[in-house]
Amino acid sequence: MKSLEDLHKLREKLKADIKLRKDEGTKIIVGMGTCGIAAGAREVMSAILDELAVRKLLNVQVQQTGCIGMCEKEVLVDVIRPGEPRITYGKVKPEDVKKIIAEHVVNGRIVEELVVGKLEQE
Amino acid sequence: MRELSLHILDLAQNSIEAGAKNLVIAIDEDEDGFFVFRIEDDGRGMSQELLQQVRDPFTTTRLSRKVGMGIPFIDMVTQQCGGHLELTSEKGSGTKLAAYFAAGNIDMPPLGDIAASIRVLLAGAPWLELDFSYTCGGRRLDFSTRQVREILGDAADFANPEISLWLEEYLKQEIAKVKGMEVQ
Repeated sequence: MKSLEDLHKLREKLKADIKLRKDEGTKIIVGMGTCGIAAGAREVMSAILDELAVRKLLNVQVQQTGCIGMCEKEVLVDVIRPGEPRITYGKVKPEDVKKIIAEHVVNGRIVEELVVGKLEQE
Repeated sequence: MRELSLHILDLAQNSIEAGAKNLVIAIDEDEDGFFVFRIEDDGRGMSQELLQQVRDPFTTTRLSRKVGMGIPFIDMVTQQCGGHLELTSEKGSGTKLAAYFAAGNIDMPPLGDIAASIRVLLAGAPWLELDFSYTCGGRRLDFSTRQVREILGDAADFANPEISLWLEEYLKQEIAKVKGMEVQ
């Protein structure tokens, strides 16, 4: 059973987490427009949040964005590691999430077969 | 969309894009013979002109990229299910939406995984104050992000994977209770 009491117990730990969750970490951005949601963005984002919880990757920020005009390639997921190009993955399924996080987010190896775009950062 | 919960997530994204800080999502399984969900925000609202055109996908997409297929989509689904969509809005004071479906209509999509929709919504917009209610069979669940913020203060980050996971499990369990299902 889960209860609000659980949060009382977690409070000290969660307070310590704030320091780890700074903006300079890796960002993962999920396309959550109508097109993205219809294509399964909720399940992909849930899978990302689950995997980050399992791996305790607190310095990774998950964000969402609206439709960017590549609706046919949804679900779109961008990964931006600090100082590296912004990589866009397309047609991402929940079962691809573990691989993207293990390979790219953690180890910096781009999952080439899912890439649909690459943007050099300023 | 396969689930009403996906429509709700989609429509709530409109509220976020409209700059909402406070959001109400209220689901009632039987309100005078209708299954109803309401979404109310304090975003920037719509002009009366836009409000009148917003159900038309071909007009609306040209007016603004922020308004697209989401509202025409749910408008159509409610009508196919013996219901209708109510929209009220005023520029500067937010938008209210109520989707009605004839209770028990065979064409109505299932509500689906509303706990997952709320978890994902808040992870993507952790600043949002959400009041969520779910009413079924004379029982009612009320959940507010304020409850969590009162306990955790600054640490109440809904994008934190651990809080996010707790939220989904907590809501799933509480919704099951309202539905009168056994909870392990």
